[in-house]
Amino acid sequence: MSETSSTADPLSGPRPSLGRIFWVFLVMGATSLGGGVVGYLRTGLVVRNNWLDDVTFVELLSISQTLPGLNATNMSILVGDRLRGAWGALLATVGMCLPGATLMTAAAYAYGIGGDDPWSKAFLHGIAAGALGLIVVVMVQLGSRVLKGIADYVIVLATAAAVAFFGVQVPYALIAAGIVAIWWHRPRDGKAHDARPHNPPVGERHHE
Amino acid sequence: MKQLLDIAGVFAYLSLLTVGGGMAAFPELKTLTVDTYHWVTFPEMLHFYSLGQLAPGPNMMMVVSIGAVVAGLPGAAVALIAFFLPTGILTWAIGRLWTHLATWRWRPAIQSGLGSVSVGLVLAGAIIMGRGAVTDALYAAVAIVVFFLLLKTKINPAYPIVASGLVGVLAHWL
Repeated sequence: MSETSSTADPLSGPRPSLGRIFWVFLVMGATSLGGGVVGYLRTGLVVRNNWLDDVTFVELLSISQTLPGLNATNMSILVGDRLRGAWGALLATVGMCLPGATLMTAAAYAYGIGGDDPWSKAFLHGIAAGALGLIVVVMVQLGSRVLKGIADYVIVLATAAAVAFFGVQVPYALIAAGIVAIWWHRPRDGKAHDARPHNPPVGERHHE
Repeated sequence: MKQLLDIAGVFAYLSLLTVGGGMAAFPELKTLTVDTYHWVTFPEMLHFYSLGQLAPGPNMMMVVSIGAVVAGLPGAAVALIAFFLPTGILTWAIGRLWTHLATWRWRPAIQSGLGSVSVGLVLAGAIIMGRGAVTDALYAAVAIVVFFLLLKTKINPAYPIVASGLVGVLAHWL
């Protein structure tokens, strides 16, 4: 990313009102069925409302993926902040979360009533297997973009084995593997253009 | 009250582990909610996690379900705030700083390095999830079919996942 793209004002027109921000994110939070929130975000923010250009969108998405937190809410915060500061960030996030949170609260109560029924158990067991397929796809697509050399694959396998087979707690694995991996990718003289950050393609499936 | 504090602590902690996506926190999510606090069983947690993949918006809204199971509506609200507020503030603060670091030499190193680690954490999560979800050859087949379908087509994941549920119902009926 060039420096201008990250510091330039993404807006061509007047800034949207807080109510408008809340509403647009609420609609995205309610309609993004099936886990492809990033695609819905791009449609809502870049295409329909012209609040961001594609370059800025991809830039913010790569920040979202590096920081802790889910892509959907991190994007809401970063975009809301650009549009209307802290209040914009807050209202965008609340709008994004409200529909799903309401549904999953209802799901918890429904589960309390019907969760022990063998038919619903069978259904949910099937759904779990399908969801596993989705997660592995997202992982493969993330991996194909992020992993560039043998060392990256070694880091992936070592991290996964430590957590899944040797019971290492995630924070320790994250810190230890993170230090090794960042050190491996440390800035070196003469390798300046290898060091571009990976940018997520917009059409890809994401795990938000 | 003690329960609400536990919910707040657990989900605030988990949120900080979601580097590269919610799945990175899955191993600790299982350890804490199933093994340490016994809020839900592993199958229950898997069910909520999978339903959460179908819900619109951020796909970790299952934290709200667990909060509701433990302590009703207050539990749901506390889980939601705990899971999104700490990382939200972090993202907000670093997001402002980060754009000014576009030419910082360590920035690509951090992005590439954490990228590899997050793929590793997602893989670990998928392995642990698979231990619960893939109980026999049928469910292995379901997961594999959904995997290839989503890899090769642009279909909305909600359809094959609901279809997987119907396969489960069919298997129970037969």
